[in-house]
Amino acid sequence: MRRWNAEREALAQRIAAGSAFARGKIVAAADAGALIEAVIRPFDRVCLEGDNQKQADLLARALAGVDPAKIHDLHMVQSGVVLPEHLDVFETGVAKKLDYAYSGPQAGRIAKMLFGGKIELGAVHTYLELFARYFIDLTPNVALIAAVSADRDGNLYTGPNTEDTPTVVEATAFKSGVVVAQVNEVVEKLPRVDIPGDRVHFVVEAKKPFYVEPLFTRDPGAITETQILTAMLAIKGIYEPYGVKRLNHGIGFNTAAIELLLPTFAERLGLKGKICTRFALNPHPTLIPAIESGWVEQIHCFGSEVGMDDYIEARPDIFFTGPDGSLRSNRAFCQTAGLYACDMFIGATLQIDLSGNSSTITASRIAGFGGAPNMGSDARGRRHPAEPWLKAGREADPDGLPALRRGRKLVVQIGETFGEGNAPTFVESLDALILAEKLGLELAPVMIYADDITHIVTEEGIANLLLCRDKDEREQAVRGVAGYTEVGRGRDAKMVQRLRERGIIKRPEDLGINVLDVDRSLLAARSIKDLARWSGGLYRPPSKFRNW
Amino acid sequence: MENLSFELKARQAAGGAKHEALVGVVASGNLEVLVERVLPELECRIDIATAAHGFGEVWSAVVRDFVERYSPGGLRLSINDGGARPDTVALRLAQGVRTIEEVES
Repeated sequence: MRRWNAEREALAQRIAAGSAFARGKIVAAADAGALIEAVIRPFDRVCLEGDNQKQADLLARALAGVDPAKIHDLHMVQSGVVLPEHLDVFETGVAKKLDYAYSGPQAGRIAKMLFGGKIELGAVHTYLELFARYFIDLTPNVALIAAVSADRDGNLYTGPNTEDTPTVVEATAFKSGVVVAQVNEVVEKLPRVDIPGDRVHFVVEAKKPFYVEPLFTRDPGAITETQILTAMLAIKGIYEPYGVKRLNHGIGFNTAAIELLLPTFAERLGLKGKICTRFALNPHPTLIPAIESGWVEQIHCFGSEVGMDDYIEARPDIFFTGPDGSLRSNRAFCQTAGLYACDMFIGATLQIDLSGNSSTITASRIAGFGGAPNMGSDARGRRHPAEPWLKAGREADPDGLPALRRGRKLVVQIGETFGEGNAPTFVESLDALILAEKLGLELAPVMIYADDITHIVTEEGIANLLLCRDKDEREQAVRGVAGYTEVGRGRDAKMVQRLRERGIIKRPEDLGINVLDVDRSLLAARSIKDLARWSGGLYRPPSKFRNW
Repeated sequence: MENLSFELKARQAAGGAKHEALVGVVASGNLEVLVERVLPELECRIDIATAAHGFGEVWSAVVRDFVERYSPGGLRLSINDGGARPDTVALRLAQGVRTIEEVES
């Protein structure tokens, strides 16, 4: 006879074993390791909540400290590999296999460990893709999550950094998995309930706040004139002609410059209300001047940002907030919003090849993707029209029957032709291909595929790939904005000139941009202190960004 | 310090009437460009003193594009370079010629 409740019975056993270390659901921080050894089994799939920002740091340390003779060969399924402990578990043999999305702060070490065979890699995902797999073939047996506070029943308040938690808990708790939450404190009454207590089995009181990575703070003081030029090109050459109102920005300095040019350069162009009104975006401090100048109507957030909480709470007409006043973020919903309800994604990259494939993987760093491949891709399931999407569709297929012609998401890569350490952004062949070969991967980790990208913006100009009609035109359009990199110098100058005459390549002078205007005085804020001032003192920058 | 010099023919004389212009700053990753209207109408000379060695080929490409795009006839441009990237050099050269062409108010 087949049993139909084996998972339920295993869950009951795990909870019984864990309860030895708990009073009700509450577990002391000192017992976190013992609790984990009691509820996890070898070969389990485990989600150790490492988000883009919020980290279950106490539980990460506890997991890294368990006895590998008892707990081993775990399959980690978490979106962010951020803390050293996230990789320590692979050094000790506690964990063996990894499926993840983003590894920015650990990009160097994860590359070494992958090449050294310490980690068996499943795949590098985009967030939404990994979340989807939580419900199909990567469902966690145990989730180790982080929240701000809990009550005695296990109800959780996540605060502004809700991020991945509801998704992780949904997939784990409703498929007979164990949910362990670390919280800063246990309280009588929560400010709001983000996760209902019947989905949470154990609560570990950390007695101090979980770690949050300030990932989205860009100091305006570090924005260069070349970046300002790329921002002016993007605003005049893409935002204005397409009328882009609904969008997502990446985290680089070029898009920070765009945010800071809205109340100045873009305002003088008369674009207020015509572009940049609705965002799927983390609360970027550099967006404060645009919000304060009345540019922005609404923002939904993946997570929060360190120092922005009071500002967000004071602007509930703009942000999604709970009855307690604080931000409610949700990565899965915001990624869905970025995929289906935004007409443009614009962000930076490390390498672009001759067809326009782009990747953040280099020979020694594997940073993963985060959300870029999702937001930076055309949603084939989209059915609602919007002018930017329709216009891009017309450009790609001018002869198609309008009523049957798909629109196109604008997917823009913006950056200087040379990046950090003078590494060229444009390359003949992506380092991702070398990585795939070395690790025996079937797919090279490409962040944005060539057939999704629509525009490339560099200081040299804009290439509109929608208007290219064949492979050669496309290659010359890429070369035509690649500046003095080897790829750029290898261009066919006559063909690039013809592409310029057809408007496929646009130079600053073609867009009426005066190089004398390319100046830092054009930025609405030129320092972190300026941003704090714009916010009326509500934005409280983390100490590493304060120099006053 | 490496010194490079380029003498090129321009399509036409630079506009405006100013005799001199100075743009940029000498700093790491940046450069200063002194522009002087001292040459015959269709000639252009570019003198470079740079902290970075071995980039003659890139300088040559940047300078040739600049002369083609901005036609700085009659101008001598003296560059004091602190190891700026080509994108910054191209921007400063463009700013230099635009500044000397500006009508004084």
